[in-house]
Amino acid sequence: MSNLNLGEHISQQFNEDLEEVRSKVLQMGGVVEEQLERAISALVNNDNDLARKVVKNDVRVNALEVAIDEECTRIVARRQPAASDLRLVMAVIKTITDLERIGDEVKRVAKMVHEELEGALSEEIRQELEHMGELVKRMLNDVLDAFARTDAKAAFEVAQFDKKIDVKYMVITRHLMTHMAQDPSQIPTILNVLWAARAMERMGDRCENIAEYVVYLVLGKDVRHVRPEDYEAELIDD
Amino acid sequence: MSEAMNSQAQSAEAESVIHPDLTLDDVAVQVDDLDLWYDTNQALKKVSLDIAEKKVTAFIGPSGCGKSTLLRCFNRLNDLIDICRVEGEIKLHGQNLLGPDVDVAELRRRVGMVFQKPNPFPKSIYENVAYGLRIQGMNKRRQLDETVEWALRGAALWDEVKDRLNDTAFGLSGGQQQRLVIARAIAVQPEVILLDEPCSALDPISTLKVEELINELKRDYTIIIVTHNMQQAARVSDYTAFMYLGELIEFGETDQVFTNPRMKRTEDYITGRYG
Repeated sequence: MSNLNLGEHISQQFNEDLEEVRSKVLQMGGVVEEQLERAISALVNNDNDLARKVVKNDVRVNALEVAIDEECTRIVARRQPAASDLRLVMAVIKTITDLERIGDEVKRVAKMVHEELEGALSEEIRQELEHMGELVKRMLNDVLDAFARTDAKAAFEVAQFDKKIDVKYMVITRHLMTHMAQDPSQIPTILNVLWAARAMERMGDRCENIAEYVVYLVLGKDVRHVRPEDYEAELIDD
Repeated sequence: MSEAMNSQAQSAEAESVIHPDLTLDDVAVQVDDLDLWYDTNQALKKVSLDIAEKKVTAFIGPSGCGKSTLLRCFNRLNDLIDICRVEGEIKLHGQNLLGPDVDVAELRRRVGMVFQKPNPFPKSIYENVAYGLRIQGMNKRRQLDETVEWALRGAALWDEVKDRLNDTAFGLSGGQQQRLVIARAIAVQPEVILLDEPCSALDPISTLKVEELINELKRDYTIIIVTHNMQQAARVSDYTAFMYLGELIEFGETDQVFTNPRMKRTEDYITGRYG
């Protein structure tokens, strides 16, 4: 079984504590997903108002990170969790750090919308960015789903998906470099677009991290420095 | 991909597991297919495991799982129970200690035991430690003095009692009495020390002192501890054996058992999904 099938603790309070933490993580994931959706829309449609909202709303993500961290500390102090409970708390602590960083990258993308992007986005670039945004949204959604269902198989698939985002990023970079060569006066603006794409590529990396934490949670196996294509070999070796 | 993950995840079908990656450099005690009955009730069922030399092995499990029964096999304390019958082998450094020609008194010197309730003799602190030495034939005062001091130091008790060695042992606190009992056990230079819930009757500070002592003692002795305090097992032991209804369910390095147990029953027990 690649899922964790866990019954309830004898301590009802412990059950509730862990459930509270899990659902807060998903809540935080939901906020980050929403932020990402809006930031991409703002970028692609050059919507300054929406971009401002995204920047302002980042505090919610940060507040959730702090709250969940405190909750995890309390659980460790009170319960001395072991086995899968311990791995859950460890995975949560790491996941919320990556979610908060994704939130920061999203905010970075939104901030760039302000800065002279009007007219700089050709239709081709707009579509590329939108497509890349869709890939990142999908990856984030899938990894949060894998976390919710404690599904290691789904997490493995998410980790391998990051390759698509990396490829997309290379394609966009090449296009942007061509544009820069063709019209050097646009370089400052195009650089902003490049950094927005880079921010999305980093979001993909963060989602891959979260996928690795889900694998650790379910299987007790640390695959953080194992290439996704080597996952299966790594497990069989063990 | 899913097959790899199936084999990686907890064994649902296997009844028990000794961790496949476990290698013990030196083995002090080997238990082979041990069965034990109290009359018609089978309390231990085909238990097999190796106890590592000069390491701490913890037996954990719910009440009635057989952990104390197993512990008492190592010094044949179960011989004192008429209705108790044992089959199988337990080898202490290669010698089967269940054999009919084993000198049980000598065995109990080699395999010392500390119980849940501290049980010093109704004698002075000094005499508690010296008693076993005298029985072995040591009678020179100076040698006794040196050995008693050595044992009390080894039990981290010397500094607290050196000025009152002739006082009654009953004047000591619970934690001190327990350390005195440990001194008594190590004075006769055992190979193995059995601890049956040694801290259950002690306050938290005394408990931590005894745990610290266990950490030092394992430099010289093989230690087996039964405890119903899982956090203690996690703190103190190098290897953990989980037992359930007379069977050994899982045995492995403590770190592994407490972070990623192979058996669902172990997982349930140590996470408190089992009473």
